[in-house]
Amino acid sequence: MQIDWREYDSGEFYDELISSPGHPRKVARHLAKYLAGLSGEDIAERKLSAELAIKTMGISFTVYSEAGNIDRAWPFDIIPRIITQKEWQQTERGLTQRLAALNCFIDDIYNDQKIIKDKIFPADLLASSANFRTECMGMKPAFGVWAHVCGSDLIRDNDGSFYVLEDNLRVPSGVSYMLENRKVTKRVFPELFENYNILPVTEYPTQLFDTLAAISPRPLDYPEVVVLTPGIFNSAYFEHSYLAQQMGVELVEGGDLVVEDDTVYMRTINGLSRVDVIYRRIDDLFLDPEIFNPDSVLGVPGLMRAWLKGNVAIANAPGAGVADDKIIYTYVPDMIKYYLGEEPILPNVPSYMCHDKKQRDHVLANLDQLVVKPANESGGYGMLIGPQASKKELEEFAGLIKASPRNYIAQPLIALSTTPIIGNKNAEPRHIDLRPFVLQGRQSYVTAGGLTRVAMKKGSYVVNSSQGGGSQDTWVVVEEGK
Amino acid sequence: MMLSRVAERVYWMGRYMERCESTARLINVNTKLLLDLPRGVSVGWGTLINISGSEEYFQRDTDDADERAVMRFMLADVNNPSSLINSLSSARENARITREILPSEVWELINDLHWYLKDNLGKGLARRERHILLQEVIDKVQQFTGMLAGCMSQNEAYSFISMGRNLERADMTSRIVDVGVSSILPASKIDTATEPFENILWMNVLRSLSAYQMYRQHVLDRVNAEDVVMFLFQDSMFPRSVEHCFAHLSQCLEGLPNGEDALRVLGSVRRKVKSADFSNLIDAGLDEYIDDLQAEIGEIHRSIAATWFLPEVQIAS
Repeated sequence: MQIDWREYDSGEFYDELISSPGHPRKVARHLAKYLAGLSGEDIAERKLSAELAIKTMGISFTVYSEAGNIDRAWPFDIIPRIITQKEWQQTERGLTQRLAALNCFIDDIYNDQKIIKDKIFPADLLASSANFRTECMGMKPAFGVWAHVCGSDLIRDNDGSFYVLEDNLRVPSGVSYMLENRKVTKRVFPELFENYNILPVTEYPTQLFDTLAAISPRPLDYPEVVVLTPGIFNSAYFEHSYLAQQMGVELVEGGDLVVEDDTVYMRTINGLSRVDVIYRRIDDLFLDPEIFNPDSVLGVPGLMRAWLKGNVAIANAPGAGVADDKIIYTYVPDMIKYYLGEEPILPNVPSYMCHDKKQRDHVLANLDQLVVKPANESGGYGMLIGPQASKKELEEFAGLIKASPRNYIAQPLIALSTTPIIGNKNAEPRHIDLRPFVLQGRQSYVTAGGLTRVAMKKGSYVVNSSQGGGSQDTWVVVEEGK
Repeated sequence: MMLSRVAERVYWMGRYMERCESTARLINVNTKLLLDLPRGVSVGWGTLINISGSEEYFQRDTDDADERAVMRFMLADVNNPSSLINSLSSARENARITREILPSEVWELINDLHWYLKDNLGKGLARRERHILLQEVIDKVQQFTGMLAGCMSQNEAYSFISMGRNLERADMTSRIVDVGVSSILPASKIDTATEPFENILWMNVLRSLSAYQMYRQHVLDRVNAEDVVMFLFQDSMFPRSVEHCFAHLSQCLEGLPNGEDALRVLGSVRRKVKSADFSNLIDAGLDEYIDDLQAEIGEIHRSIAATWFLPEVQIAS
């Protein structure tokens, strides 16, 4: 195949690269011209070299249901997605603002609860939050920061502006794929990097290490930081191992750690050695069998005691997931005004909360127009996409919502933007989102771009890799003034 | 600071990579032997399975196993824990779990070899292309060892990999000698008709360990059972001899904290090998001697595990 942009039509959807058939956006002109100049053989060869690089570099992810074949090659499309630096700077400010407000909220919720006393946020919503941990009350982590790493999902609507779809504050994953996608693109299209001024993404592991080192309870130059993984069967194991390697820290499993005298140690060939900071990639409920799930063999007995005593720092802090709840999400614009006294830079997707009778009635009456999401699931599980659902599915969800209204929110179906991927006969539009990663500790940091996830199936809106999604390299490009 | 779990993983990675090479060598010696020996004197294929110690996983009687069945079992059978594909998969899993401490080329090499083997296993079943496949495995494991020597700091992790390799290698050298011993007639029954084949057999044993040339430089006499066995067990210079593997293991143990127990166990096994009287053993009892040695190699492993690896986790019922 050879790409002919005149035959490329994203229809009613906003396309990231091609504004109308045959007309690339200004920043994408060079890329579009370059791609159209490649022969079918060239393209096949580039695709193959990307596949080879991915296989050799061992970039993989795991699918839960496939016990026999635990890692799969990472699905990747070779065309990069481009965002201008000008637009990105604004988005970056919005993301930093958002995480700052979320951290104020979490810190407040576990301490004075001023936002409830001031009647901005209703107390009953907190009491019914699945991720609110009373064990954390009164805790004061360094810098008042609970969520050190946040992955927010951004989508672009028909009007071309970004909206925040959700904030992942528990154990967001994907950053390693963002880094590896760039490496693969450099191998596949080295010549494009000469003509584009692309912001690098490589400093993330250093920034992450600095963020983690800064919260060490012992003021050392080189505190002992570890990455805690549930193990090789976790879908994000590749990333855990990758980040440990890039930061030069130990990758540990629960069995490697032990708590003595409320202090955390790891078992080494020299005996026990003290741990200062744990970047955990395990959910709260598995962290400490003494406090949470007693059956957990992934966690470390006594870890919560050590943390509450201030002898070890944990990122993200236990309990930080309270703000990773789709009901609480709807209050983020209010939090920004309340805590920071600022106007939100990035808008939320408008949402209906099913626990409110009026809103619930509206949702039930318009179910076939809306997207319904459970408040506390991640990975795209348990969602209803109204316009694409069968009658039976619609009835099933109406029942679920009535049975536990607190657990559901509904949003209008956002016409997700598209971007070209390599198809069989030509480039073809596919829906995408963007997950940038935001760090907060002593300072804040936002990745240049993030992970662009692509719904590889035509017309599909589901971008999660666990459900057949793919990805593209994301370029934040500095436009040279003319 | 090395985690106990990581020490265990890289040790096994070293063992499994070496096991891949050894399995390839073991099959090579048998295949070549068959080409040289006339009908009647031929070595059964089932012997290979007995020697690798995996007969309990072979669904049939090893005595009448044919070449194709044995090859499938030793190369590609996922139910045989020591099949080539399983050894390599285990090495790869261990490397994948510890890739943050390995040079990235090492992981890429193991990963590539894994895909190569998966795509080409069919070649190993037919005799004609088998050699190419097995040689590729041997070359890649050699490259792996070279890469570690050339690109990895000679730290504790490196020691654990070397320990795994040397223990596995000592074990496999003893097993390959076992091929010779079990396919051979007792010395008393050697007559003028079988003697030339005896010679061919031991030459093949040496070649399978890439030891023929080194042996010739070291032993002036013609190839004979006693000298070959002594060379492969007791020579201090040849890197695949049992003594050489033990000496290297000993060096690694001396450099690690708390190595006393393992050193003691190793020391007693090593003295036994050094003082063994192979000229008598060859006439009677060499196969039992080798069985005992393999059990003692197991003891060395257990003392290493008890000193440095994670304790077995007791899960409350």
